[in-house]
Amino acid sequence: MIELRQLAKQYGSIEAVAGLDLKIDRGEIFGLLGPNGAGKTTTIRMLTMLTRPSGGSALINGCEITRDLSKVKKEIGVVPQHMNLDLELTARENLELHGRLHKMPRAQRQQRAEELLVYVELADRAHDLVSKFSGGMKRRLMIARALMHHPGVLFLDEPSAGLDPQARRRIWDLIRRMNGEGMIVLLTTHYIEEAEVLCHRVGIMDRGRLIALGTPTELKQMVGEVVVESLNHGDTEYRFFAGREQALVYAGSLAENVVIREANLEDVFVELTGRKVGD
Amino acid sequence: MRRTFNKFFASRLAAPLLYLVAFGWGLGRSIQMNGGNYLEFIVPGIIALSAMTTSFGAVGTNLNMSRLYHKTLDEYLIAPISASAFVLGKVLAGVVRGLIASLIILVLAFLFGAHLVLNGWFFLVVLLNCFLFSALGAVTAMVVNSHEDMANFSTFVILPMSFLCGTFFSLERLPAVFGSVINVLPLTHASYLLRSLTSGQGMLPLSLAVLAVYAAVFFTAAVVAVRRVR
Repeated sequence: MIELRQLAKQYGSIEAVAGLDLKIDRGEIFGLLGPNGAGKTTTIRMLTMLTRPSGGSALINGCEITRDLSKVKKEIGVVPQHMNLDLELTARENLELHGRLHKMPRAQRQQRAEELLVYVELADRAHDLVSKFSGGMKRRLMIARALMHHPGVLFLDEPSAGLDPQARRRIWDLIRRMNGEGMIVLLTTHYIEEAEVLCHRVGIMDRGRLIALGTPTELKQMVGEVVVESLNHGDTEYRFFAGREQALVYAGSLAENVVIREANLEDVFVELTGRKVGD
Repeated sequence: MRRTFNKFFASRLAAPLLYLVAFGWGLGRSIQMNGGNYLEFIVPGIIALSAMTTSFGAVGTNLNMSRLYHKTLDEYLIAPISASAFVLGKVLAGVVRGLIASLIILVLAFLFGAHLVLNGWFFLVVLLNCFLFSALGAVTAMVVNSHEDMANFSTFVILPMSFLCGTFFSLERLPAVFGSVINVLPLTHASYLLRSLTSGQGMLPLSLAVLAVYAAVFFTAAVVAVRRVR
């Protein structure tokens, strides 16, 4: 389980993360959704001990992140936003290096590397230099690397950023498979679709604060599950309704240029903050 | 290193070869230094400076790129290894590169006809010199916040040391004030020591102590810098 208690990070006068309280249970895929600068990456960096919190605390499977450093490091796997594989090494060497850093015995790390290369469908490229890999292959290898030492919690920072739709879906399948094996997955994203189709629960962050928390369905119910979009003097207006019938009645009262559709998490974000996720 | 060895080897060959041709063969034939051959005077200096630039660059540039550009440093920071183990690994990698560069110059120097006395102390001093500049590279890489500033550090600190620390000429020829500043710098003591050893005059305990203190200080500073990077 991951438990955040008033976790905060301040850079001078800027409050990057303002006292987060959150619990994530075993077997859950949890998504932090928000625009750039919302505090998602800072939250993950604090939980992975790459950034020291200014206040509060966090427990990962019972270990406190600032006190039980080495225990937490064994519990977590991290897939950062930036591609940080060693490009001068092969896929297999990257995995084995990670195993060595985690003090895995030689035979064990060789076996685990082989298993994981099959798991992420890169077994046939095991001996190729990573510099020759596509973006999707590098991301899959980074996931394999994070899993080398059998972590119980996996952090993924923008796991499908910059990938084509096909590569993105392969990453999602991989995340679902890992979660199916009991792993806690905490990911950050600014892709609405990713949060909706992948996450059991989503926390929406804005300006360092968690402004909404729930399943994608619960969050959409907060604002209304059906949206009527209409053009008014060149501006798009959004009206939310609990059901399609009420939406149809309202749409009928409008002259033209009307769209009726299901609400998504972006609508929730816009409604709560007055801004778009990409802003 | 295995995959880039040929490139590394060739790059380490170029500068000392030029120094030896220009200063050893060209200029050196018409110069006597302390009653001896100029080639034999400058070889220890070239070894000291080449070990310095190779070790500093191997750790400094590599680690700075890893921290600011490739972000591969994060992989080590989230692994259950101590800051001192991480720094030691990086520094020893720099030492290996510095030692290879030094050996290349030694071989070239013998091919150019230099007569040098080599013993265990000589190799220990080269190793210590590589160690301290690798550690300085680690400190700089962890403290400096851009690649430009890393290059500036090399320009304003490493480059002047290369030419002024008794590598190509004797410090007695410099004004006293200038000389006393240079006498504090580690490369000066590495040059003194290597020259004294290769000319058969033996060990200079004070210079050895200065190098050891610099090595300890830079290594400790590098460990602290890695711990504070969070």
